Amino acid sequence: MAKVAWPEKGDRKILGSRIPRQDGPPKVTGTAKYSYDINRPDMLWGKLVTSPNAHAELISVDTSVAAAIPGVKAVWVDEELVGDELRYVGQVIACVAADTEEAAIEGAEKVKLQLKALEHQVADDDVALSSGRPSNKEQGNLDEGFAGADVVVEGEYGIAVITHCCLEPHGQVTEVKDGELHVWPSTQNVSRYANQFGDEIEIPQNKIHVDTQYMGGGFGSKFNIDKWGIIGAKLSQETGRPVKIMLDRKEELMIAGNRPSGFAKIKVGLQKDGLISAVDAEVWGSGGQGAFRAPPIPYVFTKVPNTRLVGKGIRTNRGGVRAWRAPNHPQGALLTMSAVDDAAAALGMDSLEFFMKNAALTDRPEVYREELQIAANIIGYRQKAHARGDSGSGPVKRGLGISMHTWGGRGHPSECDVTINSDGSVEAKIGSQDLGTGTRTCIAMVIAETLGLPYEAVTVHLGRNSYPQSGASGGSTTIGGISVSARRAATDALNDLLKTVAGRLGTTDDKLEASAGRIHQIEKAGGGVSWREACSMLGPNSITKRGINNPGESQQEGLISAGVGGVQIADVSVDVETGIVTMNEMVAVQDCGLIVNMKLAESQVYGALIMGITYALYEESIYDSKTGIMLNPDMEFYRLAGIKDVGDLKVHMMTGKGYDDRGIIGIGEPPAISPGAAISNAVANACGVRVPSLPLTPERVIAALQKGGDIA
Amino acid sequence: MSTNHNSSDESGVSRRGFLKGMGVGTVSTGVLSNASLHEARAAEPGVKGPGDTAIVLKINGKNKQLNIEPRVTLLDALRNRLDLTGPKKVCDRGTCGACTVLVDGDPMYACSLLAVEAQGREITTVEGLGTPEKMNAVQEAFIDRDAQQCGFCTPGFVTACSAFVRDNPNASVDEVKNGLGGNLCRCGTYAGMVLAASDAAKEKGSA
Repeated sequence: MAKVAWPEKGDRKILGSRIPRQDGPPKVTGTAKYSYDINRPDMLWGKLVTSPNAHAELISVDTSVAAAIPGVKAVWVDEELVGDELRYVGQVIACVAADTEEAAIEGAEKVKLQLKALEHQVADDDVALSSGRPSNKEQGNLDEGFAGADVVVEGEYGIAVITHCCLEPHGQVTEVKDGELHVWPSTQNVSRYANQFGDEIEIPQNKIHVDTQYMGGGFGSKFNIDKWGIIGAKLSQETGRPVKIMLDRKEELMIAGNRPSGFAKIKVGLQKDGLISAVDAEVWGSGGQGAFRAPPIPYVFTKVPNTRLVGKGIRTNRGGVRAWRAPNHPQGALLTMSAVDDAAAALGMDSLEFFMKNAALTDRPEVYREELQIAANIIGYRQKAHARGDSGSGPVKRGLGISMHTWGGRGHPSECDVTINSDGSVEAKIGSQDLGTGTRTCIAMVIAETLGLPYEAVTVHLGRNSYPQSGASGGSTTIGGISVSARRAATDALNDLLKTVAGRLGTTDDKLEASAGRIHQIEKAGGGVSWREACSMLGPNSITKRGINNPGESQQEGLISAGVGGVQIADVSVDVETGIVTMNEMVAVQDCGLIVNMKLAESQVYGALIMGITYALYEESIYDSKTGIMLNPDMEFYRLAGIKDVGDLKVHMMTGKGYDDRGIIGIGEPPAISPGAAISNAVANACGVRVPSLPLTPERVIAALQKGGDIA
Repeated sequence: MSTNHNSSDESGVSRRGFLKGMGVGTVSTGVLSNASLHEARAAEPGVKGPGDTAIVLKINGKNKQLNIEPRVTLLDALRNRLDLTGPKKVCDRGTCGACTVLVDGDPMYACSLLAVEAQGREITTVEGLGTPEKMNAVQEAFIDRDAQQCGFCTPGFVTACSAFVRDNPNASVDEVKNGLGGNLCRCGTYAGMVLAASDAAKEKGSA
């Protein structure tokens, strides 16, 4: 493969521009076919039967009544579970397949489960419920750190379990036909989906065809095939008919992804100049049935000299955790930024000044200082700022809050084929997926930039496992991965074309380049031959080249990088009589290296802000300790922010020297990290007391106000 | 958004008849048995079901004949029987607006209307508002302002927004926010939507 680089600023024709997404027209007209929308001829509907108990022994499953319902064609039961324990409400036990969705639902309701209730535990906020050996991480000397501090502040903070609530639920359509398996899953992981069938079905991987053209949200919860993926294949094998299984909303909210909670007791020591000298944190929370990993505390301020982090996991009888946009970072940010902001308030130091000062304790001080400055200017910080609680005499108090965050975002391994055809058309094939982030559009842009063509000239095929393998879309790794593999493939394909053209024009390929739809002598734009003429010289032979992103090599070459910084400032109003928090304004300043599409990058940040406002103010997966069930598995009571709830949002992307030259870095996760912390700090600034736990519901705000300013 | 129930006479599903059927079933067996339903039907000749019933729906200007059970929602009839999958199933209980269609021009949640109730009414789905080749002003504005990400809420928003700007040309930002309050998005595309709706409303107002 030829050596590649990104064009310098003045030479970029397409990279960094605000081209509208290619997937726009099919989405706004309803013609985009999502996995949920795939209707196959003679298709059956599968409806899951799940555990009604948080913890029980499954004694027997009686499917006789269900099987007799008109339209029901098959019932699959997890026989291995019979006689075993069920560990959470919603655990999948069986599945009924029927001619219609209505009959499948009716059938599932008629499957009789004989259960013996066992003791359950669904609470996740009490450290006394933790079990197993705590994790422990120390640096420096805590005693010395606190001894040298001028102010020591201790507080308790928390962030509840939330669920991904993808609008398209998890699930898939599966069709086993002539010994081959076709599956249309809602997945973030097209290339590494088929291998997850493992030994569950006797169909070799090369006969498993995965197709995901459009999917309705994943946010980290859709990497796995899941039990319903296996069941779909088994039911299709058994019946000889396609089977659609999509979770219903209740199942989606209970079993298809939870973000772990995080609660902490944190002691912060500050020197009188505001510099953090010590942080001692004990953190607990739950990953449901899975292991608990302590979120990073102190977050971002990794150079605090004296720290201790003790993590204690609580096992609960609740659906399992899944990665949620920047796993563990939103928790780390909320817990850290609340505690240090409380310490700053106790010292009587302005928050902006405090964060500026402590940027010295981060990995990228200059970036954070620049971003803090810009964010402060955009929101008018200095005009609006006031000391904590010094917010006038009326019932509605206004305040500002700051948070900072970081994320990796290095491009994943990716392979891409680029084909140049003799009719001038250009196609890319890549086993990636477009979650709505604009992956298709960005691939087309990179290839078009490389070939000197308008981006509409490139057709991108993705979402199939028959295409070259590309990584799962998680951890903000996609944009770096796909951009490099596409760039390398397009560069090599172009070099081949230049060789052909050079022969015809009586020159050598090293003297030619492609720009503005022509192949011409270097720096003689407008001369030479048109792209179409050039391609016609290929005759019947197309050129196909494969580009590969090897993350380590690409990072060394400066094509991609990892590690970004971001700053957010929230401006809120708190009605101290009702406890209602209202978003006035929120600013995000974010870097992500070289930006491929400015419009789409900004959309990621706007989206992350809104998702962050949602978990800051509304989202919480609420379980009843007595019955062990989730009390709000629906969209009335598991609330998402509406269009009126988010206030005025402003996004500023860092570009230019020091940013563009780092190469491409992912953007999906980082801006989703800080909103909870920034909003919590703004509420504290407004009403004078810390509302310790997210979401900042009216009930919690009122309770904190009644308790008074114990912390600050 | 409200659901108009005035058509119950035409559809044959009246609330009174439904409750009566339930009552008989509960007393006799604890479940809604066929026998009790037949009894209810005998008492109320207009009642249809529980088996398939022939209906005609006028969707995007074309009449569609269907044989469906009366319990099938308009949303499931569109998606599962007619392969009109623009309207999406998300909450399935009238909260999120992803299934929004126009019924006699008014935006309604298709998950909260039975297909049999929609007979004799003009139903417009997102597919009837424009095509990728010929989009309406709202659809174009949604693309221009990047008011979609995963796009699963988008058809519902586009449909609700199309009715809103038709009725509210020159709407202010606050009016747009109120007008689109019946729909929810998870990816967080509201910033673009407010701008898109305002653009489209302006275009309507000046047209």
